[in-house]
Amino acid sequence: MTIFIIRRFSQSLFVVFLTSLLVFVGVYAIGNPVDILIPADASFAEREAAIRALGLDRSLVAQYGTFLVNALHGDFGRSFVFNQPAISLIFQRLPATLELAFVALTIALMLGIPLGLIAGLKPRSVTDETIMTGSILGFSLPNFWQGMMLIMIFSVWLGWLPSSGRGETGEIFGIATSLASWDGLAHLILPATNLALFQLSLVIRLTRTGVRETMPLDFIKFARAKGLSERRIISVHVMKNILIPIVTVVGMEFGSLIAFAVVTETIFAWPGIGKLLIDSITVLDRPVVVAYLLVVVTMFIFINLAVDIVYSMLDPRIRLSETQ
Amino acid sequence: MTALTHRFQESQSFWARSLRGILGSPKATIALAICLILIATAIFGPSLVPQNPYDLAAIDFFDARLPPMSNSMSGTTYWLGTDGQGRDMFSAMVYGLRTSMGVGLFSGVIALAVGTALGLTAAYYGGRIDTLIMRLVDLMLGFPTILVALMLLALLGQGVWKVVLALVIVQWAQFARAVRAAALIERGKEYVEAAASLGLSKPRILFGHMLPNCLPPIIVIGTLQVANAISAEATLSFLGIGLPITEPSLGLLIANGYQTLLSGQYWISVYPGLLLLALVFSINIVGDRLREVLNPRLSER
Repeated sequence: MTIFIIRRFSQSLFVVFLTSLLVFVGVYAIGNPVDILIPADASFAEREAAIRALGLDRSLVAQYGTFLVNALHGDFGRSFVFNQPAISLIFQRLPATLELAFVALTIALMLGIPLGLIAGLKPRSVTDETIMTGSILGFSLPNFWQGMMLIMIFSVWLGWLPSSGRGETGEIFGIATSLASWDGLAHLILPATNLALFQLSLVIRLTRTGVRETMPLDFIKFARAKGLSERRIISVHVMKNILIPIVTVVGMEFGSLIAFAVVTETIFAWPGIGKLLIDSITVLDRPVVVAYLLVVVTMFIFINLAVDIVYSMLDPRIRLSETQ
Repeated sequence: MTALTHRFQESQSFWARSLRGILGSPKATIALAICLILIATAIFGPSLVPQNPYDLAAIDFFDARLPPMSNSMSGTTYWLGTDGQGRDMFSAMVYGLRTSMGVGLFSGVIALAVGTALGLTAAYYGGRIDTLIMRLVDLMLGFPTILVALMLLALLGQGVWKVVLALVIVQWAQFARAVRAAALIERGKEYVEAAASLGLSKPRILFGHMLPNCLPPIIVIGTLQVANAISAEATLSFLGIGLPITEPSLGLLIANGYQTLLSGQYWISVYPGLLLLALVFSINIVGDRLREVLNPRLSER
């Protein structure tokens, strides 16, 4: 187990390193860092001073070394727009994004598992066909357009829910969250639903496949023969078996929720890191872009690592096949 | 000669099987019909629509933001209304459809070619080459499509070719993995051994003999990936980091309507969105059906 964790951990570190190299090459070698890192309205003397201060007159390898050392210290430079360290901007906005992703994931699981169960228990029925076509629709709906339609229907036409912003946040256990007030909740419903729909379709499909694979197995027949009620067979015996793949995939999907939050946050003006990224790209605030990419990729890689480790604990075959 | 006729029969029965499978389901038949109509529209539509929406002489700024079915200054009817610049929405959508489909299909085909070549190579040679390619595939599949595309375009900037490049980079791995799996099964079969003992060259065995037999998963994934690519391109263009304004795809048209949505001018974003949805949804339905017919073992996702 220890060897497995160590190997996976070093692989993850390697990927983080690769990403930093890619981002560095993208910003420093392809683009002109002088244009990117120095505000356009700087005078000639200021430019010269900045080039020397940033070390842009040195070799690329030396520059990458400095970039890496600074990045490891959490220093990605200062945002041109907000005039504060890029990394602290990211950490200020991160809780809003995590909250959105977490609520979306909860919605996807709470609705997706029951719907998948219903579809999987009666394959080829009208209900199954409807749910499965619905899930293809969920995969096909362009996320940004779907968000705009939600705004159009629930904010513009019906006027039930606010269309943008995060609303009032309260504190639960010392964490600022929208879940603490009605205003916050009202602001959260539309963006969270929008973010959840894709994952919901995924959970439905996973659950249905799991149910269809588990139902014909011997232990289910045995449970029936033992005279257990159908309800108990499904809620205990079937669920236990299908939860492992669902938990794994959903764990890995948490990362894509954070990536997809970029779209949802842009539409609903949700003050998270996704909106920060798009705003920063539009105004060419490169230090923030670099900080976002590295923080999110690192976070993503370590979520995957955690999922891998948990999965290998649940299912030892994974780790055994790796060591062969 | 015999290899050729064999291959011909094989591919014929494969296409026939696919078509029969689609026609066997009313839902998939309708979806296929919609796909074909949309493809025809994308090819022939731009020369048939009432207005070239990107010819400045043809558009009239006084016609801006007219609701559907209203008449223009010169008397023609705007079936789906006009946008903020006074462009006929219907014409703009037909042009946008061509751009969206073009980018989706083109990047899908390149990704298919690159992924298939790498997948076949990995399966046939095995060993170090296989490990190297598959590690790369795992690495790519470990990241969500949209995150990688965002990252590449944030670094590269806007442009048609940059979007195509980003889409190819995020898609090839899917093909490589599926083709490798299919080719590994084929490699053990007798016809490959026979071809090798005839002294045929490796590329000839790979592309002439093994590839035709790996077609089913390639076609299924290809169909679904084109839908994904169209949708990803639309998302990126909506975010303002995809196609430039000079090449307006459906995503960009929808983005144009975002500002006016809150003031009730719904048609600027609703209609292009419905068209995009119809396109992606019908391709996905066809792809889903093909997967059921051709390869029931393929993992459901």
